[in-house]
Amino acid sequence: MDEQILEIEESIPVNPIESFLRTDRMPHIWCPGCGIGTTVNCFTRALETSGLDLNKVSVVSGIGCTGRVAGYLNLDSFHTTHGRPIPFATGLKLANPELKVVVYSGDGDLFAIGGNHFIHAARRNLDMTVICVNNSIYGMTGGQVAPTTPISATASTTPHGNFEQPFNLPYLADSCGAVYVARWTAFHVRHLTKSIKEALAKKGFSFIEILAPCPTLYSRRNKLGDGLDQMIYYKENSEIKHGADTKSVALDFQSKIIVGKFVDRDRPDYLTLMNEHYQKKFGDKYTPYKG
Amino acid sequence: MPTTTEKKIKGTVVITVERCKGCGFCVEFCPSKALKLSEQFNSKGYHPPVLISQELCNGCDMCGLLCPDFAIYGIRIK
Ligand code: SF4
Ligand code: SF4
Repeated sequence: MDEQILEIEESIPVNPIESFLRTDRMPHIWCPGCGIGTTVNCFTRALETSGLDLNKVSVVSGIGCTGRVAGYLNLDSFHTTHGRPIPFATGLKLANPELKVVVYSGDGDLFAIGGNHFIHAARRNLDMTVICVNNSIYGMTGGQVAPTTPISATASTTPHGNFEQPFNLPYLADSCGAVYVARWTAFHVRHLTKSIKEALAKKGFSFIEILAPCPTLYSRRNKLGDGLDQMIYYKENSEIKHGADTKSVALDFQSKIIVGKFVDRDRPDYLTLMNEHYQKKFGDKYTPYKG
Repeated sequence: MPTTTEKKIKGTVVITVERCKGCGFCVEFCPSKALKLSEQFNSKGYHPPVLISQELCNGCDMCGLLCPDFAIYGIRIK
């Protein structure tokens, strides 16, 4: 192994992700075969080619395994309290409209503890990108059932299987008014990278759900093998259907997975609406808010 | 290492052995099946990947995109 590395050492380029990482914090805490790291590759590759000024990009996470992303990225980032990355991101964006604000968090954080914030940010069309790594479970706290756990899947709090209806996240985002909604899995790295780039370029509330394996707490408990087995499952059971009706993309336990870009529409974002509204009301007396 | 003269896209990988957690994503999904898990262990006890042969790799960086531990990436070489 060492020999191979030596041979190319003269012109050895650095891993494209390295400059995006707080390398002093590596290795990260994610388990072997966890898909979160894979999504981070896609995110940084998308950022790299997005043309965005990285000094004007900030990443906000909540609590949980995916919540660690903010702490590992060498960008302006903030690790908020549980469920609150969207409120924090809202304040950050409204006070600094020139920033590109990305919320990067897990399904439990964004849709259970922080579910209320999600629906209102989408409804208001706040200009931010929300990336949700959905591993169908609460990972960090011990594998409890989450609002994304498929019916019949076993969690530490549902040892006889889950009977609660889970969220269909793309449908939720769509019906609340998000302007961009996509779903991919950790296997679809190239599609996902492209999709993140599109979402970053979109003005308004964009949402990407990424299904990712949690081998330690979800796959193992449900006898689905390890992270690699889940990735192979994604490869073999995903169907790309751009523009699919989000009502039709709900997930069942180990069912077929519909992935793709489901929604891409334009709608004025919150600050634009606010400025337009007050300009109409007050005319020249109103100075449009620019931060 | 033999050098080929034909115009085939050639590549190689750079592996940070100590970061690898042996998940096998890179090995399984390399489009050229250029990798295998090494017999050797890193200091955490995982088997890092190794190129089966440099001839097989085209530097597409699929492994680099998939690796959840930022332990491998592919590069094109002339
Ligand atoms: S760069 Fe591409 S061809 Fe080479 S090992 Fe990685 S995935 Fe395989
Ligand atoms: S994908 Fe990364 S962590 Fe997994 S075996 Fe390959 S180099 Fe190791």
